[in-house]
Amino acid sequence: MKITLKKIKSSKNSNSIWRQPLAVVGVGIIVIWTLLAIFAPWIAPYNPNAQDAAKFLAPSAAHWMGTDELNRDILSRVIFGARISLPYSLLLVALSATLGSIVGAISGYAGGKVDSFLMRVTDVFFAFPGIVLAMAVAAALGPQIRNAVIAITIVAWPVYARLVRGLILNAKQNDYVTASALLGSSSLRTLIVDLRPNLSGPVFVLAALEVGNALLLLSGLSFLGLGAQPPASEWGSMVSLGAENFDRWWVGLFPGLAILTAVLAFNFIGDALRDAMDPRTAKALRD
Amino acid sequence: MRTKPISEEKSQRKRFLSGNGFVPFILRRLLTSILLVFGVTFISFSITQLVPGDPVAANLGQSAYSNPEIVAAFKKQFGLDRPVPVQYVKYVAKLMHGDLGVSLSSKRPVLEDLKEYFPATLEIALVAVFLALVVGLLLGIISAVTRDRLPDQIIRVFSLTGVSMPAFWTALTAFYLFFFVLGWAPGTGRLAPGADPPPTVTGLYTVDSLIAGDFSTFRQAVSYLLLPAIVLAIYAIGVLTRFTRASMLEILGNDYVRAARAKGLSEFTVIRRHVLRPALLSIITVAGVAFSSLLAGSVLVENVFSWPGLGQYAYRAAVGLDLPGIMGVSMVVATVYITMNLIVDILYRVIDPQMRDVS
Amino acid sequence: MDLLTVKNLTVTLATGRGDAAAVRDLSFTVGHGEFLGIAGESGSGKTMTALSLLGLLPHKGRATGSINFDGREILTSSKREYRDLRGKEIAMIFQDPMTSLHPMLTVEVQLTEHLRHHRKVSKDAARQSALELLSTVKIPAPEAALRAHPSQFSGGMRQRIAIAMALACEPKLLIADEPTTALDVTVQAGILKLLHQLRKERNLSVMVITHDLGVLSSLTDRIMIMYAGSEVETASTSDLLQRPRHPYTSGLIAALPGHNDVAKSSSSKRLLSIEGMPPELGNFPPGCAFHTRCNYAIEACKSALPERIQLSESHRIYCPVDPFSGKAGIEVAQ
Ligand SMILES: Nc1ncnc2c1ncn2[C@@H]1O[C@H](COP(=O)(O)OP(=O)(O)O)[C@@H](O)[C@H]1O
Ligand code: SF4
Ligand SMILES: [Mg+2]
Repeated sequence: MKITLKKIKSSKNSNSIWRQPLAVVGVGIIVIWTLLAIFAPWIAPYNPNAQDAAKFLAPSAAHWMGTDELNRDILSRVIFGARISLPYSLLLVALSATLGSIVGAISGYAGGKVDSFLMRVTDVFFAFPGIVLAMAVAAALGPQIRNAVIAITIVAWPVYARLVRGLILNAKQNDYVTASALLGSSSLRTLIVDLRPNLSGPVFVLAALEVGNALLLLSGLSFLGLGAQPPASEWGSMVSLGAENFDRWWVGLFPGLAILTAVLAFNFIGDALRDAMDPRTAKALRD
Repeated sequence: MRTKPISEEKSQRKRFLSGNGFVPFILRRLLTSILLVFGVTFISFSITQLVPGDPVAANLGQSAYSNPEIVAAFKKQFGLDRPVPVQYVKYVAKLMHGDLGVSLSSKRPVLEDLKEYFPATLEIALVAVFLALVVGLLLGIISAVTRDRLPDQIIRVFSLTGVSMPAFWTALTAFYLFFFVLGWAPGTGRLAPGADPPPTVTGLYTVDSLIAGDFSTFRQAVSYLLLPAIVLAIYAIGVLTRFTRASMLEILGNDYVRAARAKGLSEFTVIRRHVLRPALLSIITVAGVAFSSLLAGSVLVENVFSWPGLGQYAYRAAVGLDLPGIMGVSMVVATVYITMNLIVDILYRVIDPQMRDVS
Repeated sequence: MDLLTVKNLTVTLATGRGDAAAVRDLSFTVGHGEFLGIAGESGSGKTMTALSLLGLLPHKGRATGSINFDGREILTSSKREYRDLRGKEIAMIFQDPMTSLHPMLTVEVQLTEHLRHHRKVSKDAARQSALELLSTVKIPAPEAALRAHPSQFSGGMRQRIAIAMALACEPKLLIADEPTTALDVTVQAGILKLLHQLRKERNLSVMVITHDLGVLSSLTDRIMIMYAGSEVETASTSDLLQRPRHPYTSGLIAALPGHNDVAKSSSSKRLLSIEGMPPELGNFPPGCAFHTRCNYAIEACKSALPERIQLSESHRIYCPVDPFSGKAGIEVAQ
């Protein structure tokens, strides 16, 4: 079985994600959010933490998204929110992809008892209600966005472990790895060096597919008060302010839309990347 | 979506268990399932012990916490004064007798708590998974059959949106719209404030009220659970639609489907008889897994609807660093997940001896 | 009027590099009661040719040209008209019986569903025909076989069941796409024998597709050889096997076991095997697609499509070079 990212890289390919309108929309949305995050201080009309407007102003020309309980401009807070949600979700995915890939690589390489032990452990994590464990860890570490990232990493790595292990097992049956293993040159290091091009593609695509989930979980923890803390303008915790004052619809609506657009964009991209992979890998990613 | 993640344990020593027959298969799977449940207790125990955090501080007020005698009494009451490994062994020993310990936050036996909260979540999760199956299957089939044409494009965006919506925000928006603006939804909770719940048989208010023959309570229970269930279903609809489409397309690419078409059967027959049947097997797997993830995912929805279920309980347990509570919830959800997988695996074996030699 | 007349058939498929023609400007006929063989290396477009007759091209595949079946144009048929044709007028046997039978449906369902659909016969009548069909294709214990699932049969038995399925509605044209390729040699012989028997006993027109010329030698009236989606040579079976004119055909024949003597006597040892690989879809060379592997290629072959040369009423080739004289020109034709 051949697993490569070749198809994604060549842009002339008809499977290239640039031919998929949804992927282009997704990339567009992410670019916009990235620009908003980088240039937030210049783009946002107000200081996100300034409490100088009036309380609960409905959306108007002066405050496009209205103001919240503490007189803050919601548009500015939504824009600044991109500075928290996006980088932390990416960090979270990078951490769990790394952790999971290491476990998966060890498992697939070592085989035997080590492999069955590690796979049993991943089985347990799959059986686990991730959000419950994440809540517990986040609560124990103390509510902070950094701790929420750690908490979710602890529950999010097994998908990568399983994928990487599967890829390595497949590759092990491949002629060239078998050959080098027979020659005795196949240390874990060479295995990883040999296989990295074959592994990085699927892992990358899986990571892309998981960014959206990461953002949802992270903002979910913040919504519950177990992630970013006030006065940080984190989207999830902004929605929770809306939940406390649900009759002021604008307080929760706009930060939620921000989450939705960002997650949707990541999912558009992840989906297109997966569809651009060869069908077998795409299937491995779906299961 | 993750499917069939529980790999089969092949025990070399136990000859009987390593047989290929049906009974050894079931026994083997049951054994792995039980081991998995213990794995879940072990991992939740270890992780919550590994991270710093003081359950005593979390459960006692400021003044009580500064009083060493109260702290010592609290620790003794909940066994927190013993070394951690001892605590775990004690926990497991009690677990064998069906004793899940006493919750630090509610001060009641965890089992009692679960009996109270689990049915509430089960009720919305069941409705949600039913909705998700009906809608998700339908949309997924339409999507696959109209592949790359307009209906497919629309359904794909729709289902992707479904899995991209933050549930807590959907809950809030739906509540605002249907309760506050339109007045269709009755409000939060399981029943109107002050209304008496039906006598407990299953803990599901809809079922219990029917058993009691109390139709007005039944109607009320339905009206209260509909909105949270629908909100909960949205994500699962997205997942099932996408999965149904994918597995249909995979099956549509099979030789035997081309052969069925070459026989001139109507497209309806081809889909129903030749495509849907094999596709349903894997869809059921995902539905099982989706169900257990609904149980856990209800945390965020229950919060908005003040739904007194497992999610709310889990939240309180987590914030209170209430280890027995957290373990209790984890075990319930894990058990549902493992049972679902077990059932699906058995179904596979029973329905489908033919499938395996092809795939 | 022949039963099937295909003219200028071109099949375009979506590939990784955009659309590409897998079948190019193909014209051929199948007469009433005639067995036509289509041969060529794998990837030459044989299956796509067959599927286009049934309107069953893969997703995003398109066919242009003309397909006249039994007096009517069918390429422009509606979906409905195609469905009425499939299984009933034109039936197909697929290459791999391990995958072409539905794993979850009983043999009875698979043998009778189209019969009941097309002929509107009762369940019992359909069952009766199914039993007869199973005996025709020599499945032992037909009663038990009806209740069984395909997984309970060996590959050869499955292919017999697939043949029975194809015969159920007594089609006018049977397409057998590599009916023996996936089977063991000993089993292959049995299936070939069955096809021979059908040839004798039924008034069937058959299109047999294969990449193994040996399979066709005793079965077919005529053979068409394809390369990279195009016809390269068509002749009666005996002409084609004994007097091949196209370098590709000669190469295929030379590669047959037991035909070495023919190749040797032809004084051209270079034909013993064809070197290299057939081109991939989307990468067909210009001019004569075979020129990259042809020992006789002249400069013109690399750019100009070879013209059709009618050697006799039934023998035509697409190559200006005579491999036996090694010269460009068509003297042999006189
Ligand atoms: N679904 C498909 N999509 C795109 N290309 C295909 C598809 N199926 C087959 N092909 C390509 O079309 C060409 C012709 O295939 P086919 O007709 O099956 O050849 P043959 O039957 O002669 O071996 C091959 O190059 C094959 O790779
Ligand atoms: S001689 Fe030219 S036209 Fe003939 S087969 Fe060779 S390359 Fe093609
Ligand atoms: Mg073929």
